Amino acid sequence: MYLTDEFRLKVGLAEQLKGGVIMDVTNAEQARIAQNAGAAAVMALERVPADIRKEGGVARMANIAVIREIMETVSIPVMAKVRIGHFAEAMVLEALHVDYIDESEVLTPADEEHHIDKRGFKTPFVCGARNLGEALRRIGEGAAMIRTKGEAGSGNIVEAVRHMRAIQREMKQLTVTGKDELPAAAKELQSPLELVEWTAARGKLPTPNFSAGGIATPADAALVMSLGAEAVFVGSGIFKSADPERRAAAVVKATTFYSDPDKLLEACADLGEPMPGLEIGKIAQDDLLQTRGW
Amino acid sequence: MKIGVLALQGDFEAHERRLAELGAQPVAVRYARQLDAIDGLILPGGESTANLLLLKGEGLWEPLRRFAAEKPVLGTCAGAILLAREVAGPSQRSLGAMDFAIERNAYGRQIDSSIRRVEPERAFTERTRPGALEAVLIRAPIVRSVGPQVEVLIRDGKDPIMLEQGPRLAATFHAELTDDTRVHELFLAKVGRR
Repeated sequence: MYLTDEFRLKVGLAEQLKGGVIMDVTNAEQARIAQNAGAAAVMALERVPADIRKEGGVARMANIAVIREIMETVSIPVMAKVRIGHFAEAMVLEALHVDYIDESEVLTPADEEHHIDKRGFKTPFVCGARNLGEALRRIGEGAAMIRTKGEAGSGNIVEAVRHMRAIQREMKQLTVTGKDELPAAAKELQSPLELVEWTAARGKLPTPNFSAGGIATPADAALVMSLGAEAVFVGSGIFKSADPERRAAAVVKATTFYSDPDKLLEACADLGEPMPGLEIGKIAQDDLLQTRGW
Repeated sequence: MKIGVLALQGDFEAHERRLAELGAQPVAVRYARQLDAIDGLILPGGESTANLLLLKGEGLWEPLRRFAAEKPVLGTCAGAILLAREVAGPSQRSLGAMDFAIERNAYGRQIDSSIRRVEPERAFTERTRPGALEAVLIRAPIVRSVGPQVEVLIRDGKDPIMLEQGPRLAATFHAELTDDTRVHELFLAKVGRR
């Protein structure tokens, strides 16, 4: 599967986004601001996660007219979200020619048992994961990019950190697991053996591994990059802050120079107020987004 | 041989791996001062708009323009766009280090990305090895016109996909994403000859 031209092209686009920032946008004007601030791609959605959390109701794929306008406005790749398991929404987005589809826990799941069989699509998919098993299951279904789930719309980085550390730790463990023990590891991870073996041999995922969910400041972006993220998604963090233009450019800078304290200081200075944050423990279990999908 | 890879945004790690494989010493370049300590530079694929903003914002634009005017540079995809004299679709600033005009995302969107098997020109195979080459074209640009100083090393149908001008090479495909090492070998040979 990994050697087919189609899969290589899907992963190939994810490779181009590395070291970059993918920004959530809800209209063409925000997309333009994101591009001018140096975003590597934009994610089109109807409401940012912080608003979905506040307003409730069923969150679906974004309005097609809005996605189309965003695609016409910017020259960088445009991604859009579909509900977990909603392959018909994915068919619509493929027909629209969006560049990447996010099968996302931020929207209300359409199927509580099955994720989309992503192998049948020519458009690449990104999916969220909290641990290695979840990441490899998604890749087994055809995802060409993994991102941590974090806790979207919380403005709290703790869950993204937890998930990135878990994935890195579990990959490291696999590299020192005997070949004869990998089948049992695959059973434990509930993932395809072939993918477990691939990961064990290289200590990395078969796809790029990005971070998302709770990144609100340039320092947050630098933190997850230092922990092994290869690029970052910023959702509510930019357009829910006091000065989106400046914050967007600052997060881009911090993502590139994540290990340079002086550049990070420059990125963090004079930014205005960040989005308000939520304590994860104070979010009701039913309201957690990361527990959607399996 | 120390070869820099511009590491602001994009698939610079793939280039670094390839350089190490071929026995060169890759250097991730994020600061202007690093340009003084390298023998050649690769401009990787990525988003050219993001790279442009970082180049300008971080004081790299002028030093890079001077470097590319004299020293060996290889640009792939977004890197080729940076090297061009003229950029369309939409138009944007470029280093103008090579005399060709290029149109961004000219095949279409990701769904139009493809891997083509092409036969390189003799100017390429005679200096490397004969045989078909795999051209990975991801939201790739198309070269629309080429100046008299520029030699076409590889074509896909009528479209030039790899160009040479003096010490500089530009490819619209991702040579770093295949097992074929010839493009990087040719670049290292050019650096070595100087």
